Amino acid sequence: MKPAPFDYVRAGILAEAHDVLAAEGGDAAVLAGGQSLVPLLSMRMARPKVLLDIMHLAELGGIRIENDAIRVGARARQADLLAWSGLAKHQPLLAQAVPWIGHWQTRARGTVCGSVALADPSAELPLCLLALGGEVTLSSKQGQRRVKADDFFTGLMSTARSDDELIEAASFPCRRPGEGFAFREFARRHGDFAIVACAAVVTEKNVRLAIGGVADRPVVRDFDDPGDDALAAFAADLDARDDLHATADYRRDLVRRLGRITIDEAQACRA
Amino acid sequence: MPRLSADARHTVRLEINGRAMEGEAEPRMLLTDFLRHKLGLTGTHVGCEHGVCGACTIQIDGAPARACLTLAVQADGASIRTVEGLAPEPGRLSVLQEAFRRHHALQCGFCTAGILMSLDWYLREQPDPSEAELREFLSGHICRCTGYVPIVAAALDAARRLREEQRSEP
Repeated sequence: MKPAPFDYVRAGILAEAHDVLAAEGGDAAVLAGGQSLVPLLSMRMARPKVLLDIMHLAELGGIRIENDAIRVGARARQADLLAWSGLAKHQPLLAQAVPWIGHWQTRARGTVCGSVALADPSAELPLCLLALGGEVTLSSKQGQRRVKADDFFTGLMSTARSDDELIEAASFPCRRPGEGFAFREFARRHGDFAIVACAAVVTEKNVRLAIGGVADRPVVRDFDDPGDDALAAFAADLDARDDLHATADYRRDLVRRLGRITIDEAQACRA
Repeated sequence: MPRLSADARHTVRLEINGRAMEGEAEPRMLLTDFLRHKLGLTGTHVGCEHGVCGACTIQIDGAPARACLTLAVQADGASIRTVEGLAPEPGRLSVLQEAFRRHHALQCGFCTAGILMSLDWYLREQPDPSEAELREFLSGHICRCTGYVPIVAAALDAARRLREEQRSEP
């Protein structure tokens, strides 16, 4: 199992990375931590002509608070985010969700923005970005733009990123007073892809539940009254699919049960 | 900005177990194959080759990582530790390795190098782990022989001995 041949470019500054993407477009793949891309290369499910390594771009490092959000630069690893001292204080949902991503050994290499870029429907970080109403900063030779999570995830492992763009950062809004958060996930073994993942964000007036692992992308719904009927209606509306790991019905059942637990936990921690 | 072309071999230089080493690699060569075939370091094992089994786990720049999910060219300039670097001297095992032997924490040995490299890092980060923490940490590795019980016992024993060693140092 070996990757098909590709050129490798290690960009030193952002302008170089933009040049490569402008010239190669869809024939280039952006390499960050490589925890998802390298297996895709090895299985030859991805066959880029050029691999653009962005892990030496000084401009894209760091985790900081900016505009009431945690701005995670493209080079920041998942382990960096988990170890960031402000995480539990500024965004408890991320502090709860990040330990569910893969294993210690993959979080030490995998990046936050890489997971957002891949947009796997069962991945934790796209789910949290959507639940929190975060945004993605993209840039290319043409300049920079910001895209809301809602508009960024467009389908199964597809996003609003153009071929000539790279993700500079993902911004996760900080907790606001009176908000409660909870994250739950079900998988056969810890570190496996989630069969169902739930993120809840509750305020005094609103309950928001985001579901991963069921449809082709994470799905979010706001409830005035998140009773069992409303939750069942949400589960029924989800475009669930059968696969090797679970049937669509089983996934819907998990949405009802795990969704209930997640909402209750979020409400309890708000109180 | 160096562009390494697909159909040529390029010199990759890195520090391995404290020694400067180099070898030639095409851009698509995985670090696992580079370590084994180019540098002759066959202690790092190749299992699933897609990051799930943990057999190829090494330490890159001080953190545990799957060698099979890393390209050799990506690791150019990095500092790497492999299982060959664990023993303090020829003929003597490290505290962790010795605990594995004492507890029969390996049978076929295929997964062992990866687990040792993960635990070597973890016990420095968390010198006094609970059994539950260890089990969660070890979920990043697959062992098909032992049932994990002796691995957990060896890790707990090694952690205790390493703490004692730390205390008795002047």
